[in-house]
Parts: sequence; structure tokens; C-alpha cells
Amino acid sequence: MPECRGLGHSVLRKEDPRFLRGQGRYIDDITLPGMLYLDIARSPYAHAKITRIPEVDELGVPGVAAIITGKVLDQYKLAWMPTLMSDQQMVLPIDTVKYQQQEVAAVVATSRYAAADGVAALEGLIEYDPLPVVVDPHKALEPGATKVRDDKESNHIFHWEHGDLEATEKALADADVVVEQAMHLPRIHVASIETCGCLASWNPVEGHLTLYLTTQAPHAIRTVVALVTAHLGLAEHKIRVISPDIGGGFGGKVPVYPGYVIATAASVVTGKPVKWIEDRSENLAADSFARDYHMTAKLGAKDGKVTALKLDTVADHGYSDAAANPSKFPAGLFHVASGSYDLEAAHVAVDGVYTNKPPGGIAYRCSFRVTEAVHAIERMVDLLARESGEDPADFRLRNFIPKESFPYTSALGWEYDSGDYEAALVKAMDMIGYHELRAEQAEKRERGELMGLGISSFTEIVGAGPSKSFDILGIKMFDSAEIRIHPTGKAIARFGTKSQGQGHETTYAQIIAEELGIPPEDIAVEEGDTDTAPYGLGTYASRSTPTAGAAASIASRKIRAKAKKIAAHLLEADEADLEWEQGRFFVKGSPDRGKTIQDIAFAAYTNHPQGMEAGLEAISYYDPPNLTFPFGSYICCVDIDRGTGEVSIRRFVAVDDCGVRINPMIVDGQIHGGLTMGMAPALMEEISYDADGNIHGGNFTEYLVPTAMETPKWELGETVTPSPHHPIGAKGVGESATVGAPAAIVNAVVDALWHLGVRHVEIPITPQRVWGLLDKHGAALYR
Amino acid sequence: MSAHRVTITVNGEPMEREIESRLLLVHFLREELGLTGTHIGCDTTSCGACTVLLDGRPAKSCTVFAVAADGAEVTTVEGLANGGLHPIQQAFMECHGLQCGFCTPGMMLTSKALIEENPDPSEADVRWGISGNLCRCTGYVNIVKAVQQAAATIRSEAGEEADHA
Amino acid sequence: MMRFRVARPPAVVDLRRVPDLSGLREQDDHLWVGAMTRQAEVEKSDVTRSRYPLLADAARVIADPVVRNLATVGGNVAHADPGNDLPAVMLAYRATMCTVGYPDRSAGSLAGDGPRSLPLAPEKREISADDFFTGPFETALGEGEILTGIRIPAPDAGSGGAYAKLERKVGDYAVAAVAVQLRIEGGKVAEAGVALTNVGLTVIRASGAEKALIGSDGGEAALDAAGAAAAEAAEPMADARGSEAYKRAVVRTLTFRAASKAIARARGGAA
Repeated sequence: MPECRGLGHSVLRKEDPRFLRGQGRYIDDITLPGMLYLDIARSPYAHAKITRIPEVDELGVPGVAAIITGKVLDQYKLAWMPTLMSDQQMVLPIDTVKYQQQEVAAVVATSRYAAADGVAALEGLIEYDPLPVVVDPHKALEPGATKVRDDKESNHIFHWEHGDLEATEKALADADVVVEQAMHLPRIHVASIETCGCLASWNPVEGHLTLYLTTQAPHAIRTVVALVTAHLGLAEHKIRVISPDIGGGFGGKVPVYPGYVIATAASVVTGKPVKWIEDRSENLAADSFARDYHMTAKLGAKDGKVTALKLDTVADHGYSDAAANPSKFPAGLFHVASGSYDLEAAHVAVDGVYTNKPPGGIAYRCSFRVTEAVHAIERMVDLLARESGEDPADFRLRNFIPKESFPYTSALGWEYDSGDYEAALVKAMDMIGYHELRAEQAEKRERGELMGLGISSFTEIVGAGPSKSFDILGIKMFDSAEIRIHPTGKAIARFGTKSQGQGHETTYAQIIAEELGIPPEDIAVEEGDTDTAPYGLGTYASRSTPTAGAAASIASRKIRAKAKKIAAHLLEADEADLEWEQGRFFVKGSPDRGKTIQDIAFAAYTNHPQGMEAGLEAISYYDPPNLTFPFGSYICCVDIDRGTGEVSIRRFVAVDDCGVRINPMIVDGQIHGGLTMGMAPALMEEISYDADGNIHGGNFTEYLVPTAMETPKWELGETVTPSPHHPIGAKGVGESATVGAPAAIVNAVVDALWHLGVRHVEIPITPQRVWGLLDKHGAALYR
Repeated sequence: MSAHRVTITVNGEPMEREIESRLLLVHFLREELGLTGTHIGCDTTSCGACTVLLDGRPAKSCTVFAVAADGAEVTTVEGLANGGLHPIQQAFMECHGLQCGFCTPGMMLTSKALIEENPDPSEADVRWGISGNLCRCTGYVNIVKAVQQAAATIRSEAGEEADHA
Repeated sequence: MMRFRVARPPAVVDLRRVPDLSGLREQDDHLWVGAMTRQAEVEKSDVTRSRYPLLADAARVIADPVVRNLATVGGNVAHADPGNDLPAVMLAYRATMCTVGYPDRSAGSLAGDGPRSLPLAPEKREISADDFFTGPFETALGEGEILTGIRIPAPDAGSGGAYAKLERKVGDYAVAAVAVQLRIEGGKVAEAGVALTNVGLTVIRASGAEKALIGSDGGEAALDAAGAAAAEAAEPMADARGSEAYKRAVVRTLTFRAASKAIARARGGAA
């Protein structure tokens, strides 16, 4: 029987050989005969009337075949598209632009360079009348503010709230300590190293559209395309979406971007395949942003016990609410904000606001606004501990939800599936040498040196989701696996999710290996082609293992059930007398009398019982009974340079609990990457706008993605608390670190400066921001 | 726009083409030669996804005109190994030094030159050496490990060759 | 510049094949740095590391390691972006810029469709670093003229130099950076060059800081005074890298640190 490396093995990744040889097939690697190139002219203004767009002949650029404008698209009723939050977003404007770098018109040309020449010429000829701009979401809510949307009554998009306001206010009134803090999590961008793009190929003879697309959710996209183009005669069976290898997603490849729609329209208009690949500048300036939550939090404690949280938020959505959330959740899963603590009451409110900025509200490697929630609660708990005169570690240990309480219903109504928060924090403290570092800090403080320790003990919420609450535009958020065993005992498995680097080809194969005893290398895993893969909602919000991974288990178990019947037939035994060991059924009491899964697979096609259908395959559409709640405790140790304000992370210990680990190597890799994407916005990354709506941070010289030099050597630890409801006890892990890390870093910096009187610092914690605090509190040095 | 006839030796094979003067080396490789292992990740010479070896030294091929590589030798990821996997590729796989794979070709080519210059690089040396190449997935920890492991393999192979000589 | 169509030159000339433009050569009383010398070569050369550490320090923090394989010293100097690191180095060294060409002719009058005979033999000029950098992206180079190389005076015994740069990440332009080159004789600072990167429209010589150092014992008081004088000489503008006050503070800190390191190097015997 072949060795089967199922759960818990660091199997080398099946997808790696092609990537290592340069044989990955990313969107820009795909070419089709006669292909045209699309490039997009963009607005220099944040708000303006377009007064003139020239005709194609005026450009005088050889190779340019057409200019596509909003007016052209409007003839096909494609100038607007719906967002996931049931708002409207322009594909191309008919007469007004709403943010800087918005798509204004597109050029189709015979080569990449000709298209770029065409755009340069076009941008020089488009004329505008600038309009007043509103950038600050608080100002946008003031009476008489410039209105962003002509079709709405005000800039206020929605008010959403959750929790028991009365109980929360009462608990805060009764508290003996209450801390309050405003904090802003600024706009950031996922900045996957591959930008977005597509290749649309319309076949006019067959009325068939093939859409190669950098998408994390190919099936949902196909349905959306079918719905918005039905009036043009397209139908879902004649639309094939193919998501090729994806060079990083992190949530940025969930939305439908105008470029995809324009390229598709251009292919229909020209009858030729049309490719659109965005530049990095376009990617940063116009694709969906993340965060941009202005939060005010209040946290109270009585007798040293934390009691209530109140969290009020102004959410800047840009000119359209194009957030990528499950449809019933306009603020995502922000209401996990009570975190790891046993609160009496909590209340969360969010007001969405329009401004003259790009639309969005995607995740940045986070499950629907969980990072915002964790930032709020972990900052507040730290503040409350300090104001109560207690060490933040001790305070947390005393206030955690005790492990005996799981499954635990939080003050905001979530049922946490499992957890042992104390164990994770204690482990992190041991690993980093918490008490020794505290002693060192005290000594250093005496000498005027600044070091700080920061903790974040986060609770994540991933794996959307139970279909009773979670859907996207009505499509329930299940996910799928289809497994087919070939006669020789090899297999192919297809999924409704889509890897963007997470290693699905390996992880899923290991789950099937565990369940069926077929080695991972004997299992081909495919995703991303809507013609072949079963329907699923895609990969984001750490949902693949909780949903499609579970589906892999369930489908495998269906196969095993049939295999058992075949084995009984082959062994001439009663099914009830058979026992399973990994990869093999045998007769109880006669371990020699058995059949391997490979023997059984062969029989399924050659010698199956009379009356049974041939073949050995199964499909599962898995609707999880609950979300999974990964957690962890992170401790960060920073040193601060009093002469420059630079923060350096000396050590960072991350103890993660994601339940059962399928491939520990891949899990560690996910955490390393997640930590780096947690550090980046804490210290470096931000997209901001001046009062006129001019973007800052719109290319890689100003949007500061960390290199190996700015990134510390992460130190990882683990605890394992299985999910009680997931078939193999696993939880999601891709995003925990991004969610948990920023608060640990902020807490460490505030800790380093606490004795000076500093109580809070906003992110990104740039050297100038720290220096400003040092200067203000008389601690700046010039040496 | 003037045209130029150039000969660029790519992965050991001379490639003669008539090209536009403004054609970038990365587009020459990807579109003229179909070598799509060299990727494009930005427009400011920041990310290093397009890194190739130009006469043995890592260069960002998005910022080199193809005409400026006339007569030069270029190595892309497709030329890293003669069949099988180069020790760097092997180490990246074994150390999980890649996830989405998009930065990987550039990262490996930079690493190759780094190891040639410094056969036994410390962690700090590697972090410094790859600081012109961005990775968004791995957090660099395993890339550093992979480069050090590859360097060790290359040293021991060189040692064995020396023993045989 | 060209990629974003900020610059749209009618022609681009590749200088790689012009002989003698590249390389580092130690001459009797100076180091010759060819304009086409790659920054990676400067960074890694034993000569710069042992005898010209200010230059080696600076080369190590320009852009990133891959970019430095192609980027040239001449490009960094002649482009004269206030954020470029080498202009301050050249000022601190009191280097001489060597040029060839037709300083009085515009590039347009030299460009053309075919070969044409030029009326005059090209002129060679030597321009002091102080006279070379005339403004943002502006130098004393005429349009018909190129930089061929730079002469950096060989440091006398007791010399030391250092470059201190604060950047937000590898590959970034400086928030501020300070170049210091000095010589110690009989326990006192005898000569000093101090220049500042990216805190003005062009590179700035911090004469006040030089005065504060010269004649001093190089102790902390002198370094503090030099820092304060350099901060005063800076003319920063607020931007994403920092406020005016912050940048002045960084100049003050980095001047102290660069001078302190330069002094240690001078006393340590290494150039």
C-alpha cells in the first residue's frame, strides 16, 4: 500500500514545479490569435464634468482601433453595474467622474504600446469642468456638504447597528473605569504583486464568451455576468470564466472591476479577443481599497472585570458602496468586536459615507472587517488594563472567555466554536520571555532608552458561512468538492474555490489522502474553470478549508461508503463486518483479508456488484453549520530610536491556533505572510488624499510595501484546539496573522511611550509620527 | 520610431529580432520570445518581479530597453536549470519559499547572483541582497531559508567537484 | 520619467559603448569615478570600502541592490534630483565634475537625422561640485555636454567619512541624509565637508556645520553644534516623508551620527 501523507504532514507543494520553472500561467501569459489590447484613460480630477471626449480619428495614433466611452456602453445598458452591496458603480462615466484616476474612456489597439500611446493622446484631449470635492467623510455628513452622488439624497449610505445599546450604556454607566479612544484605520491596498487583468473572447458565431480573469470567485462572477448581460442575449451556459494561476489575491481579486466589463464589451464590439492588464499605478489608484474605518470605542470595567464595549464607526466607502461583504452584512463581520473577552454587553454601529474616492471596502487579507474589530478591542483592552494600573497580560488572562465556556455565545451573538485563549497567551509569553523583557524595559527606561511590549489576543471569525445567514446576492455561501477516482486508483478533484498561492492543490489532496488513503501525488486538483469545476463561492475570508476543505472530506466519505460496498462484494463479506484503516477495508478479525482503495477503484469499473452503478465518485456542496473561530496571541517587542522616531521590531512571537493543521509547512507560510501584511499597514502602508482628492500612495514608490529588510524574522508557536463542527477539526488560517498583528505593534509602541504620557498612536506608525510624539513629550533626541 | 536589429543571447541561444527602439527587455522576452516566466509587477522599478540576469547580474528588465541589451547574455527563469531543478529551485520548494509564484522567478535569479558573489550568506546578507525584490505572500522568512539552503547545496556540490578534480 | 511620459525625449543615446566612461581608478591624488560606473561596483569595491567609505556608504543605500547593478554614478549625479544621494557625497568630498561636449549648444541643434560635422572640437570642462548643482534637476551641464567622470580628492592621513540616511524603506528616497567627510590632525578637526540630501530644492552644503566641526576636538558638543547648524541650513518642504520640523530634526540627528562615525573612522586609521 503506498505511503499516504494526509493530515499533519509538510508535503511539498504539488503546484511548485511549474512556478519554479516559470511555467505558471498567469493572466498576462495567455494570448489568443488576433488579440487586441485595451488601455484606459483616467481622470486627473476627483470630481468633474466631462465636457469633451474626442473621436478616434483625432488621436492620430497608428494601431488604435476604437475608443469606448460610457455613451457607447450605455447603448448596451452596460454603463453602470451593480455592486455586491446592491449599490451602483460606473463602468464608464456618461458625463461625470467621481474620483481621481476613475476610468473615463478606453482605447482598443493592435498592440500594448499602441494602446498606451492612444491613452496618452486621449488623456491630452479629454476636457473637464472640475466640480467641488468632498474627501473627509465627517465633513461629507455635514449639512450642505457637496453631494457625491446625483442619484442619492445625501452622502449617508447606511446606518447599521448590532447589539444591545441600552444594556451597553447601562454597563458603561455602572463601570468604575471607562476608557474612550478614537482611532482611524486608513485606506490600504492589497497590492498583490500581480495586478488585475482579463482576456475576454467573444465568439459571435456561437454566441459564447470566454473570460480569462484574475478572480478569486469565478463561479459567482459567471452568474453575475449572466445576470447583467441577459438583456444582450448572453446566458450562463455560454459564459465560461477561467481563473488561471493568480499572483496573489488577498481580497483584491474578489470584485468586478470596470476594466473587465469594458474589455468584454470591446470584444463583443470588435469580434476579437481583448486583453486588459492594469498597471501598478492603476491597480493602487482605482481598484478596491480596504479599511478606512473611523472608529470611536468605549470600554468599561468594574472590579477589574471588563464589562461592556461601545463602538461607533464612520466608514468611508468612496463614491459607491462596492464593499465585498456577504449581502446581509453591510459592515461585514465587524460585530465580532467583543473579541476574546467575556463581556456583559456590547453595541456596534457603522455609518457608511460617500466621498470622492475610489469605491471598495474589501478585505486586505481579512474576513470582512475583522481586522478593524480586532484593532478596536485589542487597543481598548490594552488601554483599560493600563488605566487600571495592571499589566496588559495579566488583565487579559483574567478577562478571557474561559475555555470551559465553549461553545460560547458572545455579547454580540456569535457562537464561538472552540477556544483556549489562556493557553495561547501563556505560550507566547513563555516563548518571548515576557517577564525578562519587562525587566529589561524597566532598566532601559532608567537609561532613557525606549522599548515596548505589545500583546494582541485576537479571535477570528472565518469560513462563511452557514447559508441561513450568509449569501452573496442571494447565492448561499456553501462550497464544493467533486472527486472522481480513476480505475487505477488515481483521482481528480475539483473545487468551487480558487487558490491564489495558498497551496490548495496540495492541501485538498492531503485531506482526500487522509480520508481515502490515496497519496497526495496521485490526486490532481483543479479549480477556477466554471465549465469543469463544481459551483462554489470562491476563496476569500479564509473560507476554503472551512468550506471546500470540509466538502473534500464529505465527498471522500461518500466515496468510502460506496467503496465499502464494493469491498464487501470483493471480499464476499458482510459490509457490517468490514473495518477501515487508512487506504484499506479488511474483515474484522482477519486483517489479511482486505482490499485497498486502489483494488476497490479498479473493481468499481471492472467488477462492481450487480445492481450498483459503475464508477467511484462523489460531490459535496458543504454548508457549514457554523463559522470557525481561529485565535491566537501575539507579542511584539519594539525599540524606538529617539533621534529619528524609527520603530524597529526586535522580536515578534505569534502563537496561532487554527485547529487541526493539515500541512504545517503551508500553515506556517500563511502565518509568515499574514504577519507581514499585518505589520505593513501598522508601520508603512497608507493611501491618503489631499483636500482636492489627489491620491497619495498611488504607486510603489509611495505605497510602501515592505521588503525583506523591513520585515522581522517571525517566530511562530502553536496550540491546537480543533473545531468541533468541521469534519477534520480545521479552521481557516490565511488571515489570522494580518488581523491580529497590527494591534500588537501599536500596543508595543504605546507601551514604549506610556511613561511619557502617550496613550494612543494612529497607524501607520511612521517615524515622523513617533518623532512628533517624542517632541511633544520632550523626549526627542538629536543624536 | 526607429527599428533596430538586435541579437540577444537568451538562455544560451542567440535571438535575432527586428525591434522598436522603445521596446522594453521584459516585453522582448515575454512577447517576442514567449518566455512568460519573467513577470511584471509594477511601473516604477520597485518590485523586481521582472528581474533577469543581464550578463550575469540581476537587472530589472522593465527598465532596460531591449536595444540596450544588444549583444548581451540574458538568463531568465526558463534558463535556470538544464532539465530538473537548479539547487535554488529545489531549495525554494523544500523551504516553501514561494506561494503564488509571481515574484519567484525574479527572486531566484537575484538569489543566484547573490550566492555566486557570497557563497555563504548570513540571514542579514540574504535580506539585504533580496531587498530589491518584493514578495507579498511569504513574509520572506522561508525565502531567506531557501537561499541559505541553496547556498549550502551549491557549496557542497562545488566541494565535491573540487574533490573529484 | 519616460514611462509616465513626463520626459518625452526625441532620441535616447546609449553611452555604454563609449570607451573610458566606466570604472574606478585610483590616481596619484584622486579617485577617478567614470560616469558610467555602476553603483554596485562602487558599493562593492575594495578601494571605496577601505579608502572612500563615505562613497561606499552612500552607494549602499541608493535605490535597491538590483537597481544598483544598472544605475550609474553619473546618472545619480547629473540627474540632480534633490533626492539623489551622490550629489551630497560629491559636495562633502569637494569633488570635481569632468565633462565633455558643447556646453553652449542646445541638444536640439546637435540632434539630427544624419551625421553632420560639428564646427568645433568638443570642449572639456572641470566643474567643482559646488558650482555643478544649480537647482532641482538642473546642473551646470550644457545640453550638448555630458558628464564623463568625477575626481574625488584622495583623502590624506587622518581622514574619515560617513553617510547617514533615513529612508522609509529600501528603495526610498531619503527623508533626509547627511554626508560628512573630514580630516583630523593633532586631535582637532582640520577639514570638514558636510552636505545634505533631499532637504531643499537641490543638494545643500552645510557650511555652518563644517565651521562647527573645524577646529573642534570632534567631541559631542561639537557634533551637537554641527547638527544644529546643519538643521538650520536645511530648507525642507513638508511632504509624505515628514513635516519641515521633522526633517530638520532628522538632519540634526543624522549630522551628529554621520560626523561621529566619520570621526571614528578618521581615528581608526581607515581613511
